[in-house]
Amino acid sequence: MSTDVKTATPTSQHNGQHPNPNGIKLPIYMDNHATTPMDPRVLEEMLPYFMEKFGNSASRNHPFGWVAEEAVELSRERIAKLIGASAKEIIFTSGATESDNLAIKGVAEMYREKGNHIITAVTEHKAVLDTCKHLEKYGFRVTYLPVQKDGLVDLDDLKRAIDDKTILVTIMAANNEIGVLQPIAEIGKLCRERGVVFHTDAVQAIGKVPVDVNKMSIDVASITGHKLYGPKGAGALYVRRKNPRVQLVPLIDGGGHERGMRSGTLNVPGIAGLGKACAIAQEEMPLESVRMAAMRDRLKHSIMSRLDEVYVNGSEEHRLPGNLNISFAYVEGESLLMGINDIAVSSGSACTSATLEPSYVLKALGTGDDLAHSSIRFGIGRFNTEAEIDYVADRVVETVSRLRELSPLYEMAKEGVDLKSVKWAAEAH
Amino acid sequence: MSYSDKVIDHYNNPRNVGSMDKKDSDVGTGLVGAPECGDVMKLQIKVNPQTNVIEDAKFKTFGCGSAIASSSLATEWVKGKTIDEALAIKNTEIVKELALPPVKIHCSVLAEDAIRAAIGDWKKKQEAVRPAEMQAAQ
Repeated sequence: MSTDVKTATPTSQHNGQHPNPNGIKLPIYMDNHATTPMDPRVLEEMLPYFMEKFGNSASRNHPFGWVAEEAVELSRERIAKLIGASAKEIIFTSGATESDNLAIKGVAEMYREKGNHIITAVTEHKAVLDTCKHLEKYGFRVTYLPVQKDGLVDLDDLKRAIDDKTILVTIMAANNEIGVLQPIAEIGKLCRERGVVFHTDAVQAIGKVPVDVNKMSIDVASITGHKLYGPKGAGALYVRRKNPRVQLVPLIDGGGHERGMRSGTLNVPGIAGLGKACAIAQEEMPLESVRMAAMRDRLKHSIMSRLDEVYVNGSEEHRLPGNLNISFAYVEGESLLMGINDIAVSSGSACTSATLEPSYVLKALGTGDDLAHSSIRFGIGRFNTEAEIDYVADRVVETVSRLRELSPLYEMAKEGVDLKSVKWAAEAH
Repeated sequence: MSYSDKVIDHYNNPRNVGSMDKKDSDVGTGLVGAPECGDVMKLQIKVNPQTNVIEDAKFKTFGCGSAIASSSLATEWVKGKTIDEALAIKNTEIVKELALPPVKIHCSVLAEDAIRAAIGDWKKKQEAVRPAEMQAAQ
């Protein structure tokens, strides 16, 4: 796919003209759950730490080190402030996957004498699920809670699952595919009452919706920069020090950095960027979340008012403001993406995944495989505009309509055939 | 993933999209695949009963770009062929023509299945309509 940025004259190989009077730059990026473009203010914050202020923040004996350390400590403060924590409770990692690994393995190992039961949910990110699967091989028992049709965990299920061997509950604050927000405060409260450590992968939630570790009784939380207009390769882990104090066994040894929890020279520029991204988010979140939601709702309405049999996946009420995940019945996801190839989004279709499996998150909602194959995830972000939203909506409607003309399923549905009752010839996969 | 120019062409300008009357005795309909797998192809042929030549073909597909291209190409290829010639079409030829990557080979297999299913359906209809002729032809 061409990565040249062009102004929007009809560039895709289509017969029709595309009305785009606002000089939109193509391709449009609307996949902000996968990653985000860096905010120019973040880049500006990072730059000095590459060439002039390049010191190792652990060099205690000269200004090069002190200057770097200052930047690191400022970031610590900024991240802590965003989540209502204290700076001492923030440790730096290489990103969310490492943070999730450190949180889960670190807590499991530390509290192993107390118990061996971990609870999570089926819709978690692979960084959490695969880590739990790994621990199952080492004598830990894991309960994977189902979710309801709207994607939310049932608090009664969680209540019932906690037993006297439970040492950790790990449930993400916001889901990366369907944007659904879990009842974190209630989960935290329950865990606190039962004396169980509560970790949340807060990666998609941070800076988009309020996350407060005290109000929500969070004990450990994973954070990363690149979902928040910050750099890739820079993440953090919040680890509670008081009421109660939570400890964890480090994954990485070698020098004892970050209070012994995460050895290794700090990625100072990355950390400076992560901190700045959090500071910007803190400032701008109230207005930005309203703007995101308005754009998302505009996109949703523009599409759903012109197409039938389009379904939103996951709770519409408890959802990230910039997320829209919808299934277009009778149209397969990859073919839809191909038709809107000047727009970057992603799909829950098997054809678009490395494993050829449809989205396990959509499956967990009870969405049939056929609708999972027909799903598109739009991740609206800070740098998207209303003009882009309108263009995207038009292109989606046009492409879905065209593909439905090509679709035998749409034809059968219009004829009144109940697709669920058809005996399909199983094909050789 | 990047698509071959031919796949893109078939996707943007699919050949022979549409439907024929299933009840027509000269029409064979093949419906293969399953929605849960993300691939469903309907391929129809209209066969000249005197010459056994496929005079027209139509398709509709629910599936990725490679699936759409494979079935579109299949309709192009069967047109003008006799039933036996059409049965000789191999999925590997489709793979080659469209430059399908390994992960998309199954789309070509499904297209080949669709051709066979359409022919099979047509044959069944012929057996009902003119059994003696069909027996002789076997």
